[in-house]
Amino acid sequence: MSPGGGGGPMGDCEYSQIGTHSPSPMEAPPAEKKRVRARRKWEVFPGRNQFFCDGRIMMAQQRGVFYLTLVLILVTSGLFFAFDCPYLAVRITPAVPAAGAVLFFFVMGTLLRTSFSDPGVLPRATPDEAADLERQIDIANGSSSGGYRSPPRTKEVIINGQTVKLKYCFTCKIFRPPRASHCSLCDNCVERFDHHCPWVGNCVGKRNYRFFYMFILSLSFLTVFIFAFVITHVILRSQQTGFLNAIKDSPARYPFVLEAVVCFFSVWSIVGLLGFHTYLISSNQTTNEDIKGSWSNKRGKENYNPYSYGNIFTNCCVALCGPVSPSLIDRRGYVQPDTPQPAAPSNGLATYGATASQSDMCDQDQCIQSTKFVLQAAATPLLQSEPSLASDELHLPGKPGLGTPCASLTLGQPTPPSSMPNLAAEAGLTDILPLKEEHVGHQFLTPEEAPSPPRLLAGSPLAHSRTAHVLGLASQDALHEDSVRGLVKLSSV
Amino acid sequence: MATEVHNLQELRRSASLATKIFIQRDYSDGTICQFQTKFPPELDGRIERQLFEETIKTLNGFYAEAEKIGGSSYLEGCLACATAYFIFLCMETHYEKVLKKISRYILEQNEKIFAPRGLLLTDPVERGMRVIEISIYEDRCSSGSSSSGSSSSGSGSSSGGGGGAGSR
Repeated sequence: MSPGGGGGPMGDCEYSQIGTHSPSPMEAPPAEKKRVRARRKWEVFPGRNQFFCDGRIMMAQQRGVFYLTLVLILVTSGLFFAFDCPYLAVRITPAVPAAGAVLFFFVMGTLLRTSFSDPGVLPRATPDEAADLERQIDIANGSSSGGYRSPPRTKEVIINGQTVKLKYCFTCKIFRPPRASHCSLCDNCVERFDHHCPWVGNCVGKRNYRFFYMFILSLSFLTVFIFAFVITHVILRSQQTGFLNAIKDSPARYPFVLEAVVCFFSVWSIVGLLGFHTYLISSNQTTNEDIKGSWSNKRGKENYNPYSYGNIFTNCCVALCGPVSPSLIDRRGYVQPDTPQPAAPSNGLATYGATASQSDMCDQDQCIQSTKFVLQAAATPLLQSEPSLASDELHLPGKPGLGTPCASLTLGQPTPPSSMPNLAAEAGLTDILPLKEEHVGHQFLTPEEAPSPPRLLAGSPLAHSRTAHVLGLASQDALHEDSVRGLVKLSSV
Repeated sequence: MATEVHNLQELRRSASLATKIFIQRDYSDGTICQFQTKFPPELDGRIERQLFEETIKTLNGFYAEAEKIGGSSYLEGCLACATAYFIFLCMETHYEKVLKKISRYILEQNEKIFAPRGLLLTDPVERGMRVIEISIYEDRCSSGSSSSGSSSSGSGSSSGGGGGAGSR
């Protein structure tokens, strides 16, 4: 039921309803009321995010690198405040530790804000919406002839004179707004998707880009600040006692070295990243668009960025000081028992590293199909599609998944398209699964890697679970997908 | 307020959900939130074209106001940055204020214009700002027989089957 007009009393009644079809909430027996507790929406969130503090905090699934970032910042700053600041406060001015403290808190604040906030996740379509869209797509594609597979589902729209293609997301069952992209690590569509940053443990998108930029800006300052004052400390001490003595006798000799090393290496990478993002902000592009060269002049003289406001100042102001849109996923809201939840085909399979983004079949069908294909798949070299990390463009044939600058989780570099043996084997499989021509994004594994799935999967990019982003939804694709998934399922048992 | 909610409840109890239609976003102006003002054929005969377009245009106006970049939004942004964004813990953003205005407007429109015609608008924010969902209801006692006939024949092939089952 549409909750649009429902106020408080209506909402309270529906908490006790147990998903029965009765429109009247009072019919639910009192005994059952106690058994069902109202669940918050984050508990049934279909994406691959982790939530903390009862839905207030939202992060990606892999957070190891984020903890490393925290440790590096805390340890280096801690050493600075413990060992360098007492000396510098006396020798130079107490403003040094004060400025350091302000910088440190700003860095931590922006880091936590970037990591914990919703980057701009687009909620998945409700079943009604999805069905409506499917119907419209079928009507639009209905005239294509039987033999030729209809092109991937796209819609074209003209924005400021530029033609922009809106792509259909098979996982979220929506046409993605312009500049949105599907993050395969988090399994969500994110508005104005920039990149997935493992260092902050979250995607960077519309809602948290400014926090991310402020984080790298303040971190650059902090790194340079600490580095400069550590060097100053050493120099000042060595003026008093000689350089070697300063290093040898001072209680701070190990911290000196550690801080200097950490800061030295960080400065280059962080300042470099800062420069890159400053360029992106001033031209109003996302990392995603820049990597793909969407608005680059090389594509054609008439190609320009339709989102840019024309001058650098406005672009910067809008990116950093523009209005903040609220989160669309309402993580702390309560689930209405009679509201159908968006279809989440990847739920049961998310942990196995391949989302069912292309399949319209329900989980039971997938199980049946996958069991069928296990033996067949085991007998032939495993075909695994290696898609691009953050979505869309598989019409670049053979191009491996585009890694974003921050994404350091490229464990398995996609192997280049195969030698003949694989093609022959694939031809064998094509009798069973007639694969079509547009599977250009497929990367074939060499025969050596194929026969031992468990080992393969252990080493594969399973950890960051790439979405099989096969365009051109065919049931054969889904079955092919399932054979891989079925094998994955069995091997992980 | 209670009587108005009561009317909507009555609508849900006495009428059955026939179908839902979705007004999609209009991206021709970029990424700002605007909805298409094209009149959907399913509403033909249920509501006057002009009323419908006016509602959508007003909603578009609200969203444009929420996302407007100008002096006040810059001020808010700079203030937030200066306080390390802690000010958002105490203060509502301009966008959130406008969203509340939109909710009130939609409620009011439902009461005055849409519910009497057997229609119900859903606030886009509950659908992730992707669509404006309009639910079309049929009277169970089938007093509006001609329109219910045409709509129920449409509902056979529509996506409202799921929603209809849920409401029965």
